Amino acid sequence: MIFKVFKKKELAALYELLAVNAVVGPVRKGTDRHNQPLNDFARVYSFADLALDYSTTVHSPKRFVLPYRKDLARFTVNEQKWRKETDLDTERPVVFFGMHACDINALNKLDKVLAESVYPVSSYIRKRRNMFIIGLNCRPSPQCFCRSMGTDSVLHGYDMFLTDLGDKYFAEISSVTAFNFLQQIKCRDPGPGDERQYEAVTAEKTARFTTEVDTSDLTKILDLEFYSPAWDRWGRKCLSCGTCANVCPTCYCYGVEESVDLNLQEAHKTRFLYSCNLHDFAKVAGGHNFRPLASTRLKYRYYHKHRGFVEAFEESLCVGCGRCGAACLAGITPPEVIADVRGKKKCVHGREEKHDE
Amino acid sequence: MTNRVTPYDTPGRHGRCRAGDPASFESSFQAEITNIYSLTAREKLYQIQLVDQEERNRFMFRPGQFVMLEIPGIGEAPFSISSSPLRHGNLELCIRAVGNLTNFLDRVRRGCSVGISGPFGTHFPVENMHGQDILLIAGGLGIVPLRSPLWEVLDNRNRYGTVDIIYGAKRPVELLFTYQYEEWRQFDINLQITVDQGDKDWHGSVGLITEILKERLNRDGDALAAKTCAIVCGPPVMFHFVCDMLIKAGIPMQKIFVSLERRMHCGRGKCCRCNIGSTYTCLDGPVFDYWSAMNLKEAI
Ligand SMILES: Cc1cc2nc3c(=O)[nH]c(=O)nc-3n(C[C@H](O)[C@H](O)[C@H](O)COP(=O)(O)OP(=O)(O)OC[C@H]3O[C@@H](n4cnc5c(N)ncnc54)[C@H](O)[C@@H]3O)c2cc1C
Ligand code: SF4
Ligand code: SF4
Ligand code: FES
Repeated sequence: MIFKVFKKKELAALYELLAVNAVVGPVRKGTDRHNQPLNDFARVYSFADLALDYSTTVHSPKRFVLPYRKDLARFTVNEQKWRKETDLDTERPVVFFGMHACDINALNKLDKVLAESVYPVSSYIRKRRNMFIIGLNCRPSPQCFCRSMGTDSVLHGYDMFLTDLGDKYFAEISSVTAFNFLQQIKCRDPGPGDERQYEAVTAEKTARFTTEVDTSDLTKILDLEFYSPAWDRWGRKCLSCGTCANVCPTCYCYGVEESVDLNLQEAHKTRFLYSCNLHDFAKVAGGHNFRPLASTRLKYRYYHKHRGFVEAFEESLCVGCGRCGAACLAGITPPEVIADVRGKKKCVHGREEKHDE
Repeated sequence: MTNRVTPYDTPGRHGRCRAGDPASFESSFQAEITNIYSLTAREKLYQIQLVDQEERNRFMFRPGQFVMLEIPGIGEAPFSISSSPLRHGNLELCIRAVGNLTNFLDRVRRGCSVGISGPFGTHFPVENMHGQDILLIAGGLGIVPLRSPLWEVLDNRNRYGTVDIIYGAKRPVELLFTYQYEEWRQFDINLQITVDQGDKDWHGSVGLITEILKERLNRDGDALAAKTCAIVCGPPVMFHFVCDMLIKAGIPMQKIFVSLERRMHCGRGKCCRCNIGSTYTCLDGPVFDYWSAMNLKEAI
């Protein structure tokens, strides 16, 4: 790994160099009811739009690689015959400016299923290969438990990763493209002082985590606790609204819809992201529903994230970003659910939670 | 020097996401429905032929695998291949009209052009069952996926021991493939058919599959346990009772095979709709040996 250091104001110069491409980054969208800023990833058109001090975004950057709706194929139909066209879009490079470690890790995890296993999804791969990612070290907020999931730092999957050292940035460079860009701004090799400072900042970040999830032996525990009453307790609260999957950076389940245009000469096959918490997720024609209860669906989501994916890829599908918990109207958070399933009370945000039973 | 970040300029820079440009995820074969036979009020048999002759000959599948059948603008769904693997891209699918696509199919005529992708999924390992007695147990629509391994067994009849089929439907009018029973019987097999509820023209046995199975298992218990492979397919409630009986009769779990059904939207391990616990039915299934199925939470 090659490291560089550059003055803070040079970042604007780097932005200008990159801005001939489309740039996506964190921007402020408003404030919540506690007057805390709400951020989201969006196209940015000027460096000043970037809210680089963001703690987390409501939505993940997922939609830039997995749009909520996407045409998988287009058909031209005439009489009895038809032709199918796939891979409809050409991709342009997109610069992602200021993605946190959890979200980069989330993309790496999505790669495992969508790009590296059987039947790779070509449209996803094309989007991925056209991403230029500038990572940014974060300050953990109370909802984050990425440290427990091993995703608080990221080893690959970015071009350049920045850490804020007060008046300068410490840059880890992992692609030649990034290296070439840095050649065009004023930057230097790090000295011993910079390295010390970098280590101190990292250590300080680590100490800030307040939320933890005990993941030891979790795959086995989930199997053992398959019939645990904890699932019913949380299932009774769940509204089956699917918001959790909507905001999650690693939820990729989908449904497919086909439609015919009004002119009856074209048809579309459209993929739309779905959520395993929605009532008809596992319902088949004829009416049988393999997971009719909110509790079984909620359980399934945890199973897929924390057990099935681990079994398949030796790592969890959850990056501990806490978005699902923050967005859930019923207040269902992974740290609490997992602690409950393990039969432990959970200390969340510093307060002791009690079960009603 | 231009500052545009060019795609593909640094292969492999995204960690392990470095696959080359793969064939389209959505690729499928053009096929044509060449014949349609009404089997019952709800089920029809569709003979489907891949249009391109070379593709048709190259199309290979194993018994128990399924294809995704698509009609543009209407829908796409998984269907078990019900024909002999020897027939390559001349497929037979038996389809019950239950929803959007299947009701549309119910109304199409010969010559209709469809998309076929696959074959997908695991298969019944009949190639490993040489020298064994074969016990096929089907309930209702379950006979459809069983017809393919049956054909493979019949095509190589002398490689197998006894062949028993136990097939049950609710009513006589719901029995599928009635026109073929005599043909099957000519291969020295024991075909037993039962209905839950007879009618005035029905002279066969009336009762549940499990009753016929009990008789069969009692007849030569030990010999059966020693060298029998069982293949079971039917509605979810059936698996439990039937597999229980087979295991009690001493047939090892790894020699009992089931084919499971779940909602599917891709057949390629991507949409997650087919997951059982967290196993993909489309990739790791639909055929599981009973040991694996038992290890899946909520499978059976
Ligand atoms: C491995 C496998 C083999 C099958 N083999 C056969 C067969 O040989 N004959 C037969 O009649 N049926 C078979 N089915 C069931 C068949 O797939 C459904 O009847 C069909 O999907 C209904 O589609 P629809 O558009 O008519 O129904 P809709 O209710 O309109 O369904 C919309 C979509 O939901 C999904 N879906 C709904 N029900 C099912 C279901 N039961 N299984 C899978 N996906 C579903 C499909 O993607 C479908 O396109 C099989 C299912 C599986 C999983
Ligand atoms: S867990 Fe929360 S966000 Fe997810 S479906 Fe249930 S109520 Fe909605
Ligand atoms: S499950 Fe929740 S905490 Fe885990 S990655 Fe998804 S949104 Fe983040
Ligand atoms: S059918 Fe889509 S994952 Fe199995």
